[in-house]
Amino acid sequence: MRMIANVLRSLGHRAVDGVWRLGFIARFLAMVLLYSGQSFRRVHLTIREIYFSGVLSLLIILVSGLFVGLVLGLQGYETLQRYGSSEALGVLVALSLTRELGPVVAALLFASRAGSAVTAEIGLMKTTEQLTAMDMMAVNPIARVVAPRFWGGVISMPLLAALFSAMGVFGGWLIGVPFIGVDDGAFWSQMQAAVDFRYDILNGVIKSVVFGVAVSLIAVFEGFDCVPTAEGVSRAITRTVVSSALAILALDFVLTSFMFRG
Amino acid sequence: MPPSTSDSLVSLRNVRFAYGEREILRGIDLEIPRGKVVAIMGGSGCGKTTLLRLIGGQIQASSGEVRVADKVLKNLPKSDLYALRRRMGMLFQFGALFTDMSVFDNVAFPMREHTNLDETLIRDLVLMKLDAVGLRGAYKLMPAELSGGMARRVALARSVALDPMLIMYDEPFAGLDPISLGIIGQLIRRLNDALGASSIMVTHDVSESLEIVDHVCFVSEGRIVAQGTPAQIRESRDPFVHQFVHAEADGPVPFHYPAAPIAEDLLGAEERR
Repeated sequence: MRMIANVLRSLGHRAVDGVWRLGFIARFLAMVLLYSGQSFRRVHLTIREIYFSGVLSLLIILVSGLFVGLVLGLQGYETLQRYGSSEALGVLVALSLTRELGPVVAALLFASRAGSAVTAEIGLMKTTEQLTAMDMMAVNPIARVVAPRFWGGVISMPLLAALFSAMGVFGGWLIGVPFIGVDDGAFWSQMQAAVDFRYDILNGVIKSVVFGVAVSLIAVFEGFDCVPTAEGVSRAITRTVVSSALAILALDFVLTSFMFRG
Repeated sequence: MPPSTSDSLVSLRNVRFAYGEREILRGIDLEIPRGKVVAIMGGSGCGKTTLLRLIGGQIQASSGEVRVADKVLKNLPKSDLYALRRRMGMLFQFGALFTDMSVFDNVAFPMREHTNLDETLIRDLVLMKLDAVGLRGAYKLMPAELSGGMARRVALARSVALDPMLIMYDEPFAGLDPISLGIIGQLIRRLNDALGASSIMVTHDVSESLEIVDHVCFVSEGRIVAQGTPAQIRESRDPFVHQFVHAEADGPVPFHYPAAPIAEDLLGAEERR
């Protein structure tokens, strides 16, 4: 009986704690948005972060996109040829990538490559009192440090997802057309006919923007909120990667159920 | 005794502060006269740094009044607080230099953020500030390439970048070799006099501080227990001041953390076994 009570108590405690934390994150987002003016007035601050979050993530995004495309090409061909419709390979690869794999896998990679780096950087700045020093110099750290990193991530994410998808389509073509011998014209024309700009591409872009906001917010929040010790920063980085992955997958389910209802 | 309020840049009246249940400051009255260097001394964890954070407006007193340049800090709007902070400089214990910027950019940071000066003028000002701390030649280096003493000097140049009226130092001597320690001490005095500023220095380095400051306050258990000029402090018969100035292991500040008598602890353990 006592054990059940303890379990219930701990469950309740965690739930209340989770809700509190969500509240903190929401308030933090409001602060970031409120102090975002500088990120756009002094655009070089945001461009610098786009470079660090976006450009430096390009390699991992492009290589992963290529491999995902190659695998999709192989698996897709294997299944499609059973039904005699191997020409539809282009459609399968393009739809899988633009609707799901592009935004989701790119966001997962982005969270582990750029999100963790942003958390570590802000966390270390907090640990070494750089954020306090800035605040004492009458420079708001949310406006100067957090907001540019947040917008850098939000802007980079859809671009990276688009590049991931493009690279994936190229990978699918590489396996399907030159290696396996699917007809080149059929590959592209079927893709062109089946992929709808608003329904498939735009929805994919919307997903990647939402993931970009989620991952960037989690990354800057965890860094800003970390316990200012070496252990605190390492825990914050872990939380960024884990929470981002869960947020991406959960949001993907919600968005997909609204977007593609058949 | 320190001068009256009208000559004071900073004044604290019966200030109390607690972190949750734990009371750190228990009624502090303190005046920082304009143009003087004041040291606040006391053992680790006695609330010295908390005092600086209160004066800088980073935290608010639970009760009492903190006044800086005739402005009461309690419930001061953020914009007014920031306006006040632009006239304050603070040197952090380990410098807190921005690690992604060069020495030059670190010192230029407050100027670029708060003024519309053009880059050529900023360059001249930064080099002059760096020259004052003897590091003009190091302007291209990154913080990771500096020794502890050099980093502290760069941070000092940064904290006086906008010619502040008040400079606060949090343990400026911690972890420095004797040469760097002497340099920092002299710089604190020289910069204060050259800028016509007032300085508050939180430290537990007795000998170095007594050489350069005008006034010393001793804090213990959240209260100011003694104060005076360096000469008065050196001759003080107050047991706490005597223990502190002569670095005695035991005295009013006990060597042992409060505990049951050792015999009880050891024999008690025997009996339990």
